[in-house]
Amino acid sequence: MNIINIEHIAKIYQVGSEEVHALADVSLKINKNEYISIMGPSGSGKSTLMNILGCLDTPTKGLYDFKGNNVSQMNDNELAAIRNKEIGFVFQTFNLLPRSNALHNVELPLIYAGVSSSERKERARIALDHVGLSDRIHHRPNELSGGQRQRVAIARALVTQPSIILADEPTGNLDTKTGEDIMALFNEIYELGNTIILVTHEEYIAEHAARIIRLRDGLVEKDEVVTKRFVPNKNGASKA
Amino acid sequence: MKNYIFELKEGLLISLRAIRANKARAVLTTLGIVIGIASVVLMSTAIKGIDNAFQKGVSSLGSDNLYVDKWEWFNNDVPFWQLRNRRNLTLADYKKFKELAKLPVASAPTVWSNQTIKYKDRTVEFIFIQGTNDDYIKTTNLNFSEGRFFNEIESNGGRAVCVLGSEVAKKLFPRGDGFNQEVKIKGHKFKVIGVLSEQGSWVMGNFNPDNQVFIPIQNVFKYFQNQNFRSVTFNIRAANSLSVDAVKEEAIGVMRRVRGLKYNENNDFSINQQEALLKTINQTVGVIQIAGLFITGLALFVGAIGIMNIMFVSVKERTKEIGIRKAIGAKRRAILGQFISESAIICLIGGMIGLFIAIILSLIINQYLPTSIQVDAFILAVVISILTGVISGFAPAYTAAKLDPVEALRYE
Repeated sequence: MNIINIEHIAKIYQVGSEEVHALADVSLKINKNEYISIMGPSGSGKSTLMNILGCLDTPTKGLYDFKGNNVSQMNDNELAAIRNKEIGFVFQTFNLLPRSNALHNVELPLIYAGVSSSERKERARIALDHVGLSDRIHHRPNELSGGQRQRVAIARALVTQPSIILADEPTGNLDTKTGEDIMALFNEIYELGNTIILVTHEEYIAEHAARIIRLRDGLVEKDEVVTKRFVPNKNGASKA
Repeated sequence: MKNYIFELKEGLLISLRAIRANKARAVLTTLGIVIGIASVVLMSTAIKGIDNAFQKGVSSLGSDNLYVDKWEWFNNDVPFWQLRNRRNLTLADYKKFKELAKLPVASAPTVWSNQTIKYKDRTVEFIFIQGTNDDYIKTTNLNFSEGRFFNEIESNGGRAVCVLGSEVAKKLFPRGDGFNQEVKIKGHKFKVIGVLSEQGSWVMGNFNPDNQVFIPIQNVFKYFQNQNFRSVTFNIRAANSLSVDAVKEEAIGVMRRVRGLKYNENNDFSINQQEALLKTINQTVGVIQIAGLFITGLALFVGAIGIMNIMFVSVKERTKEIGIRKAIGAKRRAILGQFISESAIICLIGGMIGLFIAIILSLIINQYLPTSIQVDAFILAVVISILTGVISGFAPAYTAAKLDPVEALRYE
């Protein structure tokens, strides 16, 4: 089943009198329970594509269909609603609210979804438990390690049970060992039937996915299936 | 609907957290609102106090009264030199007037004299002595804490009796034992046969009965001043406010006869009215009101600008947070609500502190001027402070709500 269907989208920025084509012409289809890496050097347009896929931005041209909704024509509030319901974000810099504890951070998307307080707390606890932080729910981000912060962010992304999880360099701010732990967690989430889109510029991270989309100069250079996927085991220690 | 409530709750929670995180800043910002609200509340209660006092003063004089006088009190239709050249009104004029005028319920002659009054070693200077007759009490709404007004016999006979206003009595007899004592006015003995209860019309100054002493009019002429020294004023009371005009018409006719004026001569007297006094008072209070509220409004405005300023800073500082919230699905109205409620809370806290200060200050001022903070002042403070917060928070909140999530997330 198609979740995302992108046809010939372009994103053009006006810089002074010059037009910059961040995305020139990209078409993509993403199915349910895919694990995709988007790769490319800086300036290839991967951030722009991620913003559009994440409904943070709309394309200048082309069609973006998300589960039958025409995202390319949506206004601010409609985009916010679809982000809230359908997309879970995981960022490189975690992007947690510094003054809120883990539980409240995970609850946040549910507040904007209009879920009652008791149900929010219950669901946030389950999500935190799922990422192995049930003993850290009252800690604030500055009382957590980098890996733990990213786990809170992953719990926040999972709590609304979104259609896709969009991770932008999720291991970029972590050491190798912690990064592997996080990648193991993503693998686990994927195996539970979720759809994951991973944006990275590191080959060995990209190889955790089942499909790699390579961008260059705003175009899809290569869209390939990974034959020898890198599958970490649950303890975080990698195996080929 | 429930979304709104959850968002509002989240907004309030986050605002409290933000305020707590920036205590010093919040305190300094709030100061403007504290001062603004305190001054608005104080000013509005002071104006109310002044207005009440004026109204009370007028009503203690009697609101259906007319005053036949040599002087024109409020209007300046007649040039001053003409007023000054008028013949004085005399006690004889009054007697003729009383005989001829049928409509008034009561009428009394009054003449004043400024004297020093003594009891043993206590002295009160510059007291407004009102010389009048027994009918005076019927032209006013005075009431007594002790004793009575002088009667016809005492009045006509020029007996050495007096009635003290409450303030005068308090100064001469701090223990309140003035009744039936003898006081000395300019060295002449007078027996205190009555003490007025407090009339509370402090704005009237010397015309406040609290500061006056009443004696039979003959005594003024006998001891203090010549019959012709000062013009006599006739206090006339109409039965009710509807008959005031008729009483006035009759009084003019009667006075022209009393004064023996020919048809082509102008009135050489004036009929003064409470209404004119009320008009003047309302004008005065109105001017005080506008000036006062303008000045205090200005203080509040400065406070509001401070709030707006700090909210802009807060939005700028929390650009990243706004980006995160928008990314995970906060709509514009959620962000708008969050920042508006933050600014409303700051203002409300400031307003409550301001109200508290205003209450304390008004208790202190109350020793000198009658002010009273009532429930409406509380409501005023709450409404104005929330309104100030919402208005001054709107522009910053709107810029926050409008932020592009991509840009906001990138902000460091």
